[in-house]
Amino acid sequence: LAGAGGGNDIQWCFSQVKGAVDDDVAEADIISTVEFNHSGELLATGDKGGRVVIFQQEQENKTQSHSRGEYNVYSTFQSHEPEFDYLKSLEIEEKINKIRWLPQKNAAQFLLSTNDKTIKLWKISERDKRPEGYNLKEEDGRYRDPTTVTTLRVPVFRPMDLMVEASPRRIFANAHTYHINSISINSDYETYLSADDLRINLWHLEITDRSFNIVDIKPANMEELTEVITAAEFHPNSCSTFVYSSSKGTIRLCDMRASALCDRHSKLFEEPEDPSNRSFFSEIISSISDVKFSHSGRYMMTRDYLSVKIWDLNMENRPVETYQVHEYLRSKLCSLYENDCIFDKFECCWNGLDRQVGFCSIFHFSIVMTGSYNNFFRMFDRNTKRDITLEASRENNKPRTVLKPRKVCASGKRKKDEISVDSLDFNKKILHTAWHPKENIIAVATTNNLYIFQDKMN
Amino acid sequence: MAAPLGTGGLTEETGQEKQDTQEKEKTLPPERAEEAKLKAKYPNLGQKPGGSDFLMKRLQKGQKYFDSGDYNMAKAKMKNKQLPSAGSDKNLVTGDHIPTPQDLPQRKSSLVTSKLAG
Repeated sequence: LAGAGGGNDIQWCFSQVKGAVDDDVAEADIISTVEFNHSGELLATGDKGGRVVIFQQEQENKTQSHSRGEYNVYSTFQSHEPEFDYLKSLEIEEKINKIRWLPQKNAAQFLLSTNDKTIKLWKISERDKRPEGYNLKEEDGRYRDPTTVTTLRVPVFRPMDLMVEASPRRIFANAHTYHINSISINSDYETYLSADDLRINLWHLEITDRSFNIVDIKPANMEELTEVITAAEFHPNSCSTFVYSSSKGTIRLCDMRASALCDRHSKLFEEPEDPSNRSFFSEIISSISDVKFSHSGRYMMTRDYLSVKIWDLNMENRPVETYQVHEYLRSKLCSLYENDCIFDKFECCWNGLDRQVGFCSIFHFSIVMTGSYNNFFRMFDRNTKRDITLEASRENNKPRTVLKPRKVCASGKRKKDEISVDSLDFNKKILHTAWHPKENIIAVATTNNLYIFQDKMN
Repeated sequence: MAAPLGTGGLTEETGQEKQDTQEKEKTLPPERAEEAKLKAKYPNLGQKPGGSDFLMKRLQKGQKYFDSGDYNMAKAKMKNKQLPSAGSDKNLVTGDHIPTPQDLPQRKSSLVTSKLAG
């Protein structure tokens, strides 16, 4: 039964790991995005080489009640290729910045994937039958000599091994001068937005040759540039509302009903800064790397370099909750600036739909998750205010063995099992994590491996 | 209906924290100490932190280009002299440096299947 706070504390166990074991990571294999679809049955990853890999959850085996279905490869395809903009002599990376799934409307699945410049709508469909018995063709495709045909037959569909095909249905190109950092599908399921450093465009999923510009923060004189757009998302329920975050730590909420160009925000969320604490690093570490609405749409979460903040949409002047991800890094900012880690863009996510726990009480647990260094990732339970640090590592490989919490020792005497800040591996970053929309299954991406963890089922 | 104020989670100012801040005023807070370290190493670091320089660098991310017009004109000007090469950091294109064919990394074909699918 539910405990006093947040349901039972979830006990996370290793389930699967995907990807190469060797430490020598090819650039193309660096995972750049991870996303579950709306049912959680499919899990997509994008990488620096422009490839998408989709995993499908096995149907639950009724006899194997101790674990949920495993994720196996369902489809993989090359979404984007490297390109060269000849006019500007610019190289366009094929790296997949974001994948967003459309809700399923028919037998096929659809997702949007984007690199720096071009968004593509991919259709993933299954084929498990093929026509056989053509009159003019042999089974292997060769044409029959018509003069040898003496009788007619009706071709029929016969079962075949399942084939999953991915085909690009729409290509939304040439609308972004700068680098696309976000795409977000509207709750109307007809339109979506794409955001680059200075502009946000609104598209219709059916129309590829034009888009509406809804936000433009490019100054007339580029030398006056003081902030850029870092992330954007549509509200989950209100189809005219979206937010975008900036490199200065602000979030603007805009309403498309107010005007065609949403340069004037409806709300501005900003936490006042203590001027006495200001340093060279203040603005850099305040830059928001991700913004995510809660499922209800009442709250939104932002991630900056050192913390995760929860904002109530009704309160603009400060967040309602702040969680420190790795505060011990504050005294390492100089070296993190020198090795560029201070510019790492961590994402964050909410747990899946709130669960009903217990007979007499409807309890909603709310947990947020984000990554850190040394292949650590963190979870914060908003109800109990407890937090946990876990590690994605092949050493914790036994299924159904609960993961051991990790602890970083900031200073002073290091206890047994703690790791000191100076021993952290800053090349092992967890930037991308995802939570299954309905179950306690999480996907955590290290540099080139994808880990899947599940809660221990009783 | 006014929303209830959040409890502020972990950032609530308590009496204890105020006292801690006062104690810290005697020594530099960690962020300022780190800033001092950085300025000691790089005294010429831009006066406006987090301003235009960073943002312009961000906007130009990935711009590593070869322009045959620039390249040929530079070659003609230089005649016998060698074009300035990229040096050790081939990812950085600054100043008068004109990328030469040798500077550009060989593009590796991405036709190999992802190892996640292996």
